[in-house]
Amino acid sequence: MKLESSEFDLVIEAGRTERHYWMDLWRYRELFYFLAWRDILVRYKQTVIGIAWALIRPVLAMLVLTVVFGKLARLPSGDFPYPILVFCGLLPWQFFSSSLSESSNSLIANSNLISKVYFPRLVVPASAVITSLVDFLIASGFLAVLMMWYQLVPDWRTVTLPLFITITFVAAIGPGMWLAALNVKYRDFRYVVPFLVQFGLYFSPVGFSSSVVPDSWRLIYYLNPMAGVIDGFRWAILGPPAAIFLPGFCISMVMIVLLAVTGVWYFRSTERAFADVI
Amino acid sequence: MSTEVVILAENLGKRYFLTHRRGGRSQYTALRDVIADGVRNFFSAWLFSKDRSRWTDKEEFWALREVFLEVKKGEVIGIIGRNGAGKSTLLKILSRITEPTTGCVGLKGRVASLLEVGTGFHPELTGRENIFLNGAILGMTQAEIRKKFDEIVAFAEIEKFLDTPVKHYSSGMYMRLAFAVAAHLEPEILVIDEVLAVGDAAFQKKCLGKMGDVAKEGRTVLFVSHNMAAVTQLCRNAIHLQNGRVVDSGPAANVVNRYLASGQSDAATVDLRDFPTRTGSGTVRFEWGEMRGSEGEARRDFSIGEDVIVAFRFQAGAGFHERQVRLAIQLRTSDGISLCNMADMDSDFAIKDFCGAETISVRLPDVRLYPDTYYLSLWVGSITNIDVYDWVRDCLSFEIVGGGQLTTRTLPRSAGLLFWTPTWTRLPAASSPSTARSFQVPTL
Ligand SMILES: Nc1ncnc2c1ncn2[C@@H]1O[C@H](COP(=O)(O)OP(=O)(O)OP(=O)(O)O)[C@@H](O)[C@H]1O
Ligand SMILES: [Mg+2]
Repeated sequence: MKLESSEFDLVIEAGRTERHYWMDLWRYRELFYFLAWRDILVRYKQTVIGIAWALIRPVLAMLVLTVVFGKLARLPSGDFPYPILVFCGLLPWQFFSSSLSESSNSLIANSNLISKVYFPRLVVPASAVITSLVDFLIASGFLAVLMMWYQLVPDWRTVTLPLFITITFVAAIGPGMWLAALNVKYRDFRYVVPFLVQFGLYFSPVGFSSSVVPDSWRLIYYLNPMAGVIDGFRWAILGPPAAIFLPGFCISMVMIVLLAVTGVWYFRSTERAFADVI
Repeated sequence: MSTEVVILAENLGKRYFLTHRRGGRSQYTALRDVIADGVRNFFSAWLFSKDRSRWTDKEEFWALREVFLEVKKGEVIGIIGRNGAGKSTLLKILSRITEPTTGCVGLKGRVASLLEVGTGFHPELTGRENIFLNGAILGMTQAEIRKKFDEIVAFAEIEKFLDTPVKHYSSGMYMRLAFAVAAHLEPEILVIDEVLAVGDAAFQKKCLGKMGDVAKEGRTVLFVSHNMAAVTQLCRNAIHLQNGRVVDSGPAANVVNRYLASGQSDAATVDLRDFPTRTGSGTVRFEWGEMRGSEGEARRDFSIGEDVIVAFRFQAGAGFHERQVRLAIQLRTSDGISLCNMADMDSDFAIKDFCGAETISVRLPDVRLYPDTYYLSLWVGSITNIDVYDWVRDCLSFEIVGGGQLTTRTLPRSAGLLFWTPTWTRLPAASSPSTARSFQVPTL
């Protein structure tokens, strides 16, 4: 006998690419919410100072970077108070870096789920990002306070912020998927992430404005996806003097899309074996 | 039961690679090892042209092989077999957790799998939160969970602790809650692995009852268990897996009986009420038997020189009034050689005031047998040895495994049966046979 695939709702076979993958992903959106909800709940329940922690980290980082780059190195800040300039960079950077760490660790952290239940595995690294988003929102509150203190009034550009947040999300999830999938197979990839995050902070225009980068290096500089994203944030929050360098911005966007597309591709081509090796 | 086929598996196979890592550092691959192996492979390929597998100690292993399966709608199928037979692997393929290496499966309807109780429970979250989380993980929608919420809580009997983090639950409560969520799934096909082996007897009974209800509702169920009574009770049909292959299938009671009779069963505890291979009048019957270690824990693997305990219970039927019964146990090797027949009176033990039921423990001290599987038969009869009440053959088995305190050398099975450690002495060089003086030439 040969199996008539038309008779069945689902046919499982080696190497079969699932036709319904994206539909399945949509069907499992509730699991996505619940996993995100669990992470948030656990995070802010376990550590009493969970919320405070979401503030303390960026604020301390802001102080250090302001002192180092603003006071000691005396880099130009455009027309803005240096702390504001730094914080506008820190906000997306921390969102990016913690999203990247969370999502690249997420499969290992949920290995019991992977080996015991079926669901589209993409749900896991994607939902892991949501906690970072909450941290991001909390830290944004601090930025609002800071801006009031310096009496800066945001203009219409603020409405473009969700767009940039989405871009940051995509920027994090691309390499996040790469690292998550690699982590399952090669456990030493977990050492790559802290390294990336630590150096990335100094390579990205967090503690300084991207305008200090020499012209001859500019295009190369924007190969770092976060360079474009941070520029975008500064432009959206601070307004005109913080301009977006358009060619650079486009390079960053291309990098983001490239990483995300290849990330999904790599993740999908390895995810079928996750349960066997995790 | 309809004739609609909802699960059809053809030639299913699953291959795993067992990596034997030299140095045995970790079970996981590290990139640096891969690179190192790659470099070595490259050079060995280049230098020796073939034999590339030399450096990567990969062993192929088929956890499942040539499995054909056809399940009709509403059928409840039991899957039995020894540890490592591939039962969980089969369920994992059916529930899409892992991919088959060969063959294909067609499924009709939503499949929910329960491979472990409480998957995804988070200790920091409360019972209420965990119900929602676990429900979502098992594939329920939020609306479904809300609808079933009260039922789940009632089934688990944890109303008072709903808002306590589950890390403060007793393990029994935890299990009850976890099973309660799973029991309220409503998929068309339910796949369950060995989850009833938890909780106390009362809860196990409740779970079995719930399972029975699920089956009656016309859901298709695949049910893996080491509890033969449960399989016979719940399932109409069963399949027996051995080393990844289906070796037997058919009506559950028959498959279970053949499985138990084949000595393949590896449960330390055996329900003897419906055990097939027995003779005797049946006026007194064995109820259960169990292999135990010296601490009284149920187990069936022993190392050489350990004490092996056989515990069993027997009960008289109505109308049995004898006050005395005689007991015996018999031990044989896996080749069928009878080793010994131990009667109670040999050890000065006798039951003289029997009144209906008795639980007995027999300690076999310092068992020095070669590594093998050994089988025990239980016998109960009249004090005169004339009437045999019940004689259950080869119902219990235990494994003597190599190693342990007495010996670390490998003992090949063919080399012996008894592991004796006699006293060896070296005599003075001048010693001659002690019988030398009276040495006689045998007269023919
Ligand atoms: N991810 C894996 N990698 C390598 N080998 C595996 C993997 N998963 C299972 N195996 C092997 O496959 C075999 C079958 O395992 P499986 O879990 O299906 O047994 P089982 O019949 O469920 O046993 P049990 O009764 O103990 O639950 C075992 O020998 C096991 O070691
Ligand atoms: Mg198993």
